[in-house]
Amino acid sequence: MSVAVENIPGQLDVLDQSLESQMTLSMGPQHPSTHGVLRLELKLDGELVVKAIPDIGYLHTGMEKLFEYKKYQQGIVITDRMDYLNPLGNNLVYVMAAEKLLGLEIPQRAQIIRVLMCELQRIASHMVWLGTSALDLGAMSVFFFCFRQREKILNMIESASGGRMTPSYFRIGGLMMDLPAGFENRCRQFLEGFIEALDTFETLVTGNTIWQSRTQGIGVISREDAIDWGLTGPCLRGSGVELDLRRHNPYSGYETYDFEIPVENDGDVWSRFKVRMRELYESHKIVRQALDRLTPGPIKADAPKVVLPDRDDMRKHMDSLIHHFLIVAEGFSIPEGEVYHAVEGSKGELGCYMKSNGGPKPDRVHFRGPSFINLSALPVMSEGEMIADVVAIIGSLDIVLGEIDR
Amino acid sequence: MADTAILLETIERLKAENPAWITDFKDARGEITAMVSREHIADVCYFLKTNYGFDMLADLCGADNGPEEDPRFEVNYHLFSTKTFQRLRLKVSLSEDEASVESVVGVWRTADWHERETFDLFGINFDGHPDLRRILLPSDFDGHALRKDFPLRGYEPYSLS
Repeated sequence: MSVAVENIPGQLDVLDQSLESQMTLSMGPQHPSTHGVLRLELKLDGELVVKAIPDIGYLHTGMEKLFEYKKYQQGIVITDRMDYLNPLGNNLVYVMAAEKLLGLEIPQRAQIIRVLMCELQRIASHMVWLGTSALDLGAMSVFFFCFRQREKILNMIESASGGRMTPSYFRIGGLMMDLPAGFENRCRQFLEGFIEALDTFETLVTGNTIWQSRTQGIGVISREDAIDWGLTGPCLRGSGVELDLRRHNPYSGYETYDFEIPVENDGDVWSRFKVRMRELYESHKIVRQALDRLTPGPIKADAPKVVLPDRDDMRKHMDSLIHHFLIVAEGFSIPEGEVYHAVEGSKGELGCYMKSNGGPKPDRVHFRGPSFINLSALPVMSEGEMIADVVAIIGSLDIVLGEIDR
Repeated sequence: MADTAILLETIERLKAENPAWITDFKDARGEITAMVSREHIADVCYFLKTNYGFDMLADLCGADNGPEEDPRFEVNYHLFSTKTFQRLRLKVSLSEDEASVESVVGVWRTADWHERETFDLFGINFDGHPDLRRILLPSDFDGHALRKDFPLRGYEPYSLS
């Protein structure tokens, strides 16, 4: 019992008392560099940060409560609103948790499209990260170049699902509908242009000496600390831990794709930056492979009591019409049980704990948001740094408040 | 998913180490769940971390079975190993009168915000937590929002003024 309690890390009260010139600064919740509504209570000694206390919850909307009142298929729409830069990743983890409870097999084509869309979404999410974190450090123009690329991806997602930031494209048992005509060509065109754009980013940002001196050696977190604080995704890989759930807990057929896991060892803002930049190339590779694999086939699992039937079937078959009515009116039941499923979101391990009591609505849905956990390590990274560097550190964590507060 | 045989062996070793630690276990859908007795959760976590490489706490979340159930609450610990990439779920059941469990912040520091969130939304106490206060809801909020007997729209409209 006492064993664990003794290991509690020292709170920084000692420092609190020793300082005479200390001042408290409230950064946010409206500060542009906090990427949403995050408030940081900074205890400062001159320009040095002695203590940083994140204050979250400004965007709390009780999503986890809402899931318990919605049918399983209605929950997908809520997941879009959590990490609004990576909605397809949220869709994926939610539907995969439900599929795991149901024991559904997903057709090959649907799996490939899921991988394809998720990697496009990862690129889009990293574009926002690159643009905004550069903007925070004063590099204005990068933002426009990034958002131009992101716009192309959002347009593609819109053509497939009808929504730009709230696609709800993945459904329990498959996809909402197949890719539209011409999607492949459009995607290949984008990929070609994107390689050129990556060159632009490398010239604009990576090779920029001002950028390097603003990021190198800032916000260092060691390998052991990173694991202890539960960091995942690019933040963990920036600290020298090779961990990518796409490789190590593979799902949706990721084990068959050829890609590398970028790892950097310094654990500073620069490392995290380089990991994400290299990830863009890897995602690009995966999208290309997924496009090559696309062959015609079914996009929905063969489970008439769970998956909505095609419109055409409903006109011809009585039982399809009945199933459609039952799924829409009553929903489908999921056998009793609980699962935890985790995928590699654009920001780290995105997990979904789902517990069913046998009815059409979940008993409990909990999301393990990577932003939430990555932000909790902010004090460790920023204490002892200059106040201007806190901005760089927040940018390097790539947080989305919609997911932190849920 | 990873081989569950090794995890089952781990649970056998835990039982051999101290018979009071594990009360039961489940093997369903490729996931292993070990029911841990309320008093020993921090010891079990520390043991698993030091001896079996579960160096990361992937997730910690509470759940409410409803006010008429006993034990009413449960706390789920999702352990993860960055070396073997295996996952293990520990579950602690709590009755409403004794809705408190030992904190595991001393084992993994990432438990800090997880436990605050569970405290905030379920009202489960974590003994030994260094800074247990609400995290998502305002400090003067009445009730615990994720409890089953808390109405979806709250008791009354919350006003910031």
